[in-house]
Amino acid sequence: MTAIGHTGLEPGRLPARRRWATRLEPYLYAAPAVILIATIMLVPLVIGISYAFRDIRLLNPFSGGFVGLDQFVKLSADQDFRLALGNTVFWTGTSVVLQFTFGLILALLLNRPFAGRGIAQALVFLPWAVPSFLSGLDWAWLFNPVVGPIPHWLTALGVMDEPFNILADPDLAMWGPIVANVWWGIPFFAITLLAALQSIPRDIYEAAAIDGAGAFERFRSITLPFLAPTIAITILLRTVWIANFADLIVVMTNGGPADRTQIVASYIFTTAFRRLDFGYASAIAMVLLALLMIYSLLLVALRQTLLNRS
Amino acid sequence: MAAVARRRLAGTLAHRAAILLYILVALFPLFWLLKVSVTPNALLYSEGVRLWPSQTSFEHFVFVLRNSDFPLFFRNSLIVSLSTAVVVTIIAAGAGYAMSRFSFRGKLWLVGLLLVTQMFPLVMLIAPIFRMLTPLGLTNSLTGLVIVYSAFNVPFAVFLMQSFFDAIPKDLDEAAMIDGASRFQAFRQIIVPLTLPGMAATLGFVFTAAWSELLFALMLISKADASTFPVGLLSFVSKFGVNFGQMMAAGVLALIPALLFFLLIQRFLVAGLTAGAVKG
Repeated sequence: MTAIGHTGLEPGRLPARRRWATRLEPYLYAAPAVILIATIMLVPLVIGISYAFRDIRLLNPFSGGFVGLDQFVKLSADQDFRLALGNTVFWTGTSVVLQFTFGLILALLLNRPFAGRGIAQALVFLPWAVPSFLSGLDWAWLFNPVVGPIPHWLTALGVMDEPFNILADPDLAMWGPIVANVWWGIPFFAITLLAALQSIPRDIYEAAAIDGAGAFERFRSITLPFLAPTIAITILLRTVWIANFADLIVVMTNGGPADRTQIVASYIFTTAFRRLDFGYASAIAMVLLALLMIYSLLLVALRQTLLNRS
Repeated sequence: MAAVARRRLAGTLAHRAAILLYILVALFPLFWLLKVSVTPNALLYSEGVRLWPSQTSFEHFVFVLRNSDFPLFFRNSLIVSLSTAVVVTIIAAGAGYAMSRFSFRGKLWLVGLLLVTQMFPLVMLIAPIFRMLTPLGLTNSLTGLVIVYSAFNVPFAVFLMQSFFDAIPKDLDEAAMIDGASRFQAFRQIIVPLTLPGMAATLGFVFTAAWSELLFALMLISKADASTFPVGLLSFVSKFGVNFGQMMAAGVLALIPALLFFLLIQRFLVAGLTAGAVKG
């Protein structure tokens, strides 16, 4: 407790009510935040968990009963869910790897002082400010041969036989949202990694250069070890975030064609929003939550064993 | 010596070229949005892949502003995003101040609560929140959206505000309190003015997040008069899916406020945000 504020008063004569007020003070500052989060996030979370064990379909007035584990049994045989699970791994893995790689390169490029760095930084970070729904629509248009240039370029390069929309091709459609996601997410990684790069003391590099270490050697033995904690935490958080990120898919493909771009998060949204089957949506969400928690725990455990070994 | 100088020059050139490439990739989709929005319909298909149309016109913007509901959607989004940003910043300033200046028993619980909210998929809440808000008359209502968005954005904003308060020496509030000010007076008259830049950054972040939110708006809003921009644009796309010029003109309009806020906050990005975010 910060007691300094009371030294001006006569110590020991602090009335009990006053003492209580001081003790309550931090809670008063925090109360609005806690109340808001508890009512709008925790209460629905608990209700949502209970839905997973109930039959709640908005269009069926007779639903609402307790069904135990029925929806999880149904889920274990659901082919769409299994497909969505595979798609989620592909979507998340590819997006994170590409965002991280291009983000790291960008951070390294921007870490070097040059004329016009401020404006260059503002311009390359711009996609981050674009609303996600708009970035999805924009890329859907770019991939559309009617108004977008990308299919025509790919045809000119010989990659495509004739301009077509990859979003309509079941085998390629997932690359549409992934490209949009990478474009949109590079700045996030670059911003985070750039801040970490700038906190590395300059003189370490100078000492290494004097010792004759080349650029690659300096990157490997100074930059990477310094960045490692930031990289680990950013990738962990970002993976969970992207696995849950359904906006681009809902906007660009709505899960199609033939459910080939449906990820678990968009499947939950579709089940709740279009089929209005709240019970089943909550059951899927529970499974997603469990999988993400297992993933996070595995990664934390892996990090711990690596730390202990070194 | 000449070889070293030449290698250094080559390195510099490669560096600038790489930066330029990043800038081009970052800007091209936005440029294309703008390009199609000013292309007259007659030229849209005949000049498909040209980088700039031989003739430009603002007919799509005029149509969107005059004959569609977009001005209404724009207004709704502005109301929702601004209110959310103000509510969140005030609430987060309180909690962030408590976390920065007090050590109290509930602090660990508070941090735990804030972290838990960042872990689970928000789509989990779509169904229960819809069922909770319906009997209260908060679906199809901008107030409902403000409440939901505020709750979602408070946790991150609290960590952000805490990092801004942490950067201000504690002696300042303590000196004011020795001079006879109450803690709240010290907070309001000394600390808050010093954190105004931080509050502006928080305001910008929350505004952008609320402006972009799509899934909850789709679920909670079904009437056009309470639609936010993302909902309006998506229904426009499914209804008038063939008029690309008008859709992209609407897209350009949706981009404007987000870009304005980005320009305001971008200088805080590397320095301020990450210090808070990584620590949080």
